[in-house]
Amino acid sequence: MSAVTYQSTWRRVLAPTGNTGDAVFRVLMLLVALLMVGIVVAMVVALAADSMFSIRQFGFGFLTSQRWDPIKGEFGALPFVYGTVASSLIALLISVPFSLGIAIFLVEQAPRYIARPVGFLVELLAAIPSVVYGLWGIFVLAPVLRQYVEPALAKWFGWLPLFRGSITGIGLLTGGIILAIMVTPIISAVVRDVLAAVPGSQREAALALGATKWEMIRVVLVNGAPGIAGAVILGLGRALGETMAVTMVIGNRPQISPSLFEPSYTIASAIANEFTEATGDLYLSSLVELGLILFLVTFIVNGIARLLVWNVTRRTGGVGRAA
Amino acid sequence: MSVSKRSFQLVAWLVVLVSVFVSLACNGGGGSGAVSLQGAGATFPNPLYQKWLSEYSKLHANVRIDYQSIGSGGGIKQLKEQTVDFGASDAPMKDDDLKSAPGEILHIPTVLGAVVITYNLQGVSQPLKFSPDVVADIFLGKIKKWNDPKIVADNSGATLPANDITVVHRSDGSGTSAVFTDYLSKVSAEWKDKVGAGTSPSWPVGIGGKGNEGVTGQVKNTPNTIGYVELAYAVQNKLPAAEIKNASGSFVTPSIDAVNAAAAASAATTPDDLRVSITNAAGPQAYPISSYTYILVYKEQKDAAKGKALVDFLWWGIHDGENYAKELQYAPLPADIVKRAEGKISSISSGGKPLR
Repeated sequence: MSAVTYQSTWRRVLAPTGNTGDAVFRVLMLLVALLMVGIVVAMVVALAADSMFSIRQFGFGFLTSQRWDPIKGEFGALPFVYGTVASSLIALLISVPFSLGIAIFLVEQAPRYIARPVGFLVELLAAIPSVVYGLWGIFVLAPVLRQYVEPALAKWFGWLPLFRGSITGIGLLTGGIILAIMVTPIISAVVRDVLAAVPGSQREAALALGATKWEMIRVVLVNGAPGIAGAVILGLGRALGETMAVTMVIGNRPQISPSLFEPSYTIASAIANEFTEATGDLYLSSLVELGLILFLVTFIVNGIARLLVWNVTRRTGGVGRAA
Repeated sequence: MSVSKRSFQLVAWLVVLVSVFVSLACNGGGGSGAVSLQGAGATFPNPLYQKWLSEYSKLHANVRIDYQSIGSGGGIKQLKEQTVDFGASDAPMKDDDLKSAPGEILHIPTVLGAVVITYNLQGVSQPLKFSPDVVADIFLGKIKKWNDPKIVADNSGATLPANDITVVHRSDGSGTSAVFTDYLSKVSAEWKDKVGAGTSPSWPVGIGGKGNEGVTGQVKNTPNTIGYVELAYAVQNKLPAAEIKNASGSFVTPSIDAVNAAAAASAATTPDDLRVSITNAAGPQAYPISSYTYILVYKEQKDAAKGKALVDFLWWGIHDGENYAKELQYAPLPADIVKRAEGKISSISSGGKPLR
């Protein structure tokens, strides 16, 4: 009797339609979904297990120490965390206005014969391998920054500690700009799709009420706000984890300096640079703990971003209340 | 229903076909009595080892050797875990590492390399000259300008600008950094105390470039920089190379012969296990920032057939293989070091029986 009820609940959960094929398909999809969750959990567990030695050795001090000296066996993550977050923030500060501009132009203003090739080119940027961005950074961007941009910034804004220090073209600012160029196609492509999905009736309604084109675009933007925020989060994720291109132009120096001209270092770059030749258990363990911290930083930053999105959608209610 | 059944059958047949092909292809390469060896380690000698493997496989069709350049640290780790048949490292293994290995490990030197100091300084045509303490002070950040009296003293003819020096170093862990910092630790007490020697030192000043190409890129593109790269890389890319004052007091241009001279000059003081640093060598022609690179093997081989193949390969390497060194910009071993390496290879045994 119980076997029958058991079987029937099983059937109801897996095959609500009573079709065996559907049941098989559901189980398959469930397994695929669980596999993804399992991989994430396995990653965290493996990272935590392998970094146990370093966690025991340094404790919380690992997060607050600024020394990274493999020869003397002293390891601290703070300069890497700073470099990772700062370079990503610079990237977003530059990239978000550009991406919004590109998306608005493509959806609202450009005629089709311009919008299609431009949109295609922007998406093409996303397909360029990051090592190519890095080479371009070394050979083109860094010299331009060194000769023109950084001296100008130092001249006009030198009263800010951000723009002081020796000018080499290699450093936090260069890393941030390279990242900005790399995340722009991602953010603008998603924002373009978000804006295109805003119903045309919204635009017509705004125009019918006498709004100017600019006011109409504001209505569209507010409607798409959650999607735009999602696009920015996607870009941020890429910026936080990007390794190769940043490594080639950021200067790879574990230090916290107020100047954007000074070299810096990101977590991903440090792992990529030092893992192959890391000898000694503590050194390896510390590098793995850096990986764990990058995981946590990404989690926290994503969490904050999602809170912001939630806040925005709650206030606007997802409906155009632009005024 | 029948359509999906048919496509299902089609997929099943495809799977069977593909797996048959794959298994055929895997067996096809072998043949009876084939031996396969796995090696991993240093990136610096990788071009030479790949050349060795391709030449050796032409001579011995039944031996298949693979070498993965994953870095010295990784090579030592995999050898200790016995996941490879031989490892490779630029720096000799440390005593602790040797003790914790499951068996006695031999160091077989294969070739020599050197570290070249390169720079980007406009208006200077002749090669710059550096004394050891000047190199140390520049990389310590104590000498900050190109026209510092200490640099001027070594380069009387050159007009040096009053610009800031930008130091460029390797950002990735590297045997090149290990050799360079080993040299600096020998010639500067302050360097030894503050920084020390290792694959990833904590550099007092400068910006980091990834790999030889990264350092070269930064140096070539940034005026007033100074950096260090491998000899082979510097020669192939025609980078300016500084002359360094050696322990005998003469300024030496980095070259294959000067590196060979450093090894020859250190041969008398080279210990029995061949684990030696030859930086700051004494001979008048010796280039002071030189080093050996090693293949690491267990003295006792578990598998006699594999061990025999490995011994034959190593023997070929330090004799015939040395002929390929110069064209790839590595310095071949001096004759008496080859003799001593022969002794090491001959001592490799399996089950108590020597393999050569």
